[in-house]
Amino acid sequence: MEFFTDMILLMDSTLRTATPLVLAALAGLVAERSGIVDIGLEGKMLAAAFAAAAAAAVTGSPWMGMLAGVGASVFLALLHGWVSIAQRGNQIVSGMAINIAVAGLAPTLANFWFQKGGQTPLLGDEARFSTITLPFADALADVPVIGALYSELISGHNLITYLAAALIPLVAWMLYKTRFGLRLRAVGENPEAVDTAGISVTLLRYQAMVIAGVLCGLSGSVLSTGLGGGFIRDMSAGKGYLALAAMIFGRWKPVPTLLACLLFGFVDALQGRLQGVALPLIGEIPVQFTMMLPYVLTVVILAGFAGRMDAPKASGTPYEKDH
Amino acid sequence: MTNAFAIEARGLSKSFGDVKANDQIALKVPGGTVHGIVGENGAGKSTLLKMLFGLYRADSGDILVCGQTQHFTDPSDAMAAGIGMVHQHFMLVEPFTVLENIILGAEGSANLDAAKEAARAKLLMLEDQFGFNLPLDTPVEKLSVGVRQRAEILKALYRGAEILILDEPTAVLTPQECEQLFALVRQLKDQGKTILFVTHKLHEIMAVTDDVTVIRAGKTVAECKTADTNPEELAELMVGAKVVRKTARKQHETEIARLRLTDVHADGDHGLELKDINLEVFDGEVLGIAGVAGNGQTELLEIITGLRAVREGVIHMGGEIIANDRLVTNPIALRRMGMAHVAEDRLKTGVVESMSARDNAILGYQREKEFSSGGILKLKAIAQKAAAYFETQDVRPRNPDLPIASFSGGNQQKLVIAREIARDPQLMVIGQPTRGVDIGAVTKIHDQITELRNAGKAILVVSADLDELLSISDRIAVMCEGEIVGTMNVEDATETKLGLMMAGDKREAS
Repeated sequence: MEFFTDMILLMDSTLRTATPLVLAALAGLVAERSGIVDIGLEGKMLAAAFAAAAAAAVTGSPWMGMLAGVGASVFLALLHGWVSIAQRGNQIVSGMAINIAVAGLAPTLANFWFQKGGQTPLLGDEARFSTITLPFADALADVPVIGALYSELISGHNLITYLAAALIPLVAWMLYKTRFGLRLRAVGENPEAVDTAGISVTLLRYQAMVIAGVLCGLSGSVLSTGLGGGFIRDMSAGKGYLALAAMIFGRWKPVPTLLACLLFGFVDALQGRLQGVALPLIGEIPVQFTMMLPYVLTVVILAGFAGRMDAPKASGTPYEKDH
Repeated sequence: MTNAFAIEARGLSKSFGDVKANDQIALKVPGGTVHGIVGENGAGKSTLLKMLFGLYRADSGDILVCGQTQHFTDPSDAMAAGIGMVHQHFMLVEPFTVLENIILGAEGSANLDAAKEAARAKLLMLEDQFGFNLPLDTPVEKLSVGVRQRAEILKALYRGAEILILDEPTAVLTPQECEQLFALVRQLKDQGKTILFVTHKLHEIMAVTDDVTVIRAGKTVAECKTADTNPEELAELMVGAKVVRKTARKQHETEIARLRLTDVHADGDHGLELKDINLEVFDGEVLGIAGVAGNGQTELLEIITGLRAVREGVIHMGGEIIANDRLVTNPIALRRMGMAHVAEDRLKTGVVESMSARDNAILGYQREKEFSSGGILKLKAIAQKAAAYFETQDVRPRNPDLPIASFSGGNQQKLVIAREIARDPQLMVIGQPTRGVDIGAVTKIHDQITELRNAGKAILVVSADLDELLSISDRIAVMCEGEIVGTMNVEDATETKLGLMMAGDKREAS
């Protein structure tokens, strides 16, 4: 029974850590399906985390925070779009520039506005997305197995986690069941075909950047106003890159990408649980090693499984229309 | 029927920088006819088509559809006016099904499932009317080139095209697929469609068109009824001078196989496999390799030139083993052994696009004492050599400092060939000798290959152009799905025979 409870708790924290990953990975998926490589997920996520925390700290409302986070992320996504679409710049360079700029800018602005050494003030409960207890969760808590599953695992997450859960099927539906999705997938494969079919490649790609910006903005907001209680320096800690890896491992498809995110989330949750625990035979693993786990997994997965075979063919190449 | 033309161009001009790609082009196409447009590569056919389809905007002049002046700003305007185009490189999204490709951009409903069902009903009617039978739910990447082309044509019809532009439609087809295409074109005409058939192959013009417009150097040089002309006259009009295609042949004399492949197997791209390849090329002969693109010719060139490993079997050059399951001889060593390689994909492996023509003129030979010592290039010697090649090969413009990319395909190829034959090789391996090369240069390149053959060199040529192989080869081997289907003397070869073998028919191969 204790093992069962342990597992539930492990799964519960998997869902929590996977939330920002899933949102960012979906953002990357939409961007790359439109033909734009989005290595700037990390920077957008960090910018959104900072903007959300700052706005929530000032206004006292997590909703204003979310709005600011999404706004910051969409702004950066459009900047990346402008470089990639209008200026036909190198998309990796543009994405990395965003990552580096935000990593420096966010703590600097935080220091300037709040004088707390590059952090935002700790957010009070009213300025955060607190956990939501689903109906009957308490009542069912004592029912064996199902009660624990429902009240511990399903119930008790913050709003954005539930939002993420709803967005996965929504994005999949958009991609595969709508006219917009058909065009989006086409423009990432063969923009010339889209152009000669009389559809604007430019407009489609900007639309994709806005969607990616919103998704990535939610991802950053949940970091600082859902899972954490404020912005701290480098709080995205490579999650943007993890999300990108998950998307590649998920072969640019929503459901496999979700599973990859859950795997990363699980390993992250596991490393949290392993800290300070003495394992049989091995003994206690130094915390530095357990914390490495998700990143080691990324390297292994990307080296081992990620053939670029399934990548959208036009991803990373600017479209040049001749006149 | 009104007496206005289905499509008409009046004084259409378009310049790119200083180059006049189209200069006062005139075109008159009556409704319900098949109209041929012929011209050399670079004559301005593509520019004209792109203007007719709204991809380019004309600098001056008018386009009229059924007597109405049109102002196309993009392809959707042209499609609305009833013009459909099948591009030389298909505008298809490979992972999409035929159905998805056809509706892309003309979906109707925002709900994809509903859009697909509505389209399916309409498509079945169209298929019935024009005698198509396409696998609507198969991803395009799984279909043959001929079927993809039909999908493109159906796509245009679905959008209500009355005027169909076919840009070099036969470039990628087997002779049999070409016949099917011609039959389809005739059927479309019978149903009242107007077709613009663009090509540089004259027998196709004779076979399928009613009228023909000849374009040379961006200008309309002639317009006539197909029945009133002949291929020789058209060729003269296209090139502006008499052309003699046939070159004198000489039977090879020696029995030394300069290149021998024995039971060779190798892994190819996209799941293709080279199986049981046996080939010999003798001194003083040209062996042509025919086949539809993507049937292993590229891989064959690569295993011979040291760019791909062999899984089984042996390759001999002269008396020496150059490749087997454990050995790949690198291209530098092969060059020193007397093999020269004119790469199939010129821009990818033959030259470095951004480098000057001068540097490209010695590329691959930069280690030779003549061009460098101790890793330092001898710039003066290189410049002299490049200038000499420009002179002997008549490469234009005469400026070796320009990046190679700013030369036409023909001039690039002339330079590459000069570079490769300069070391007096015993074996020449040539991929697509005249792809993207204008007719004037084609003749020169063919003559050069024949000269080398007469000088006793062994030459292996891979080409997608059957006319070319028939005119320069002594023997022709045909590849299909990674195998050599058969080899024959050129005297016994006809287009029909080769075509059947290219489609995998081994009965012809005895």
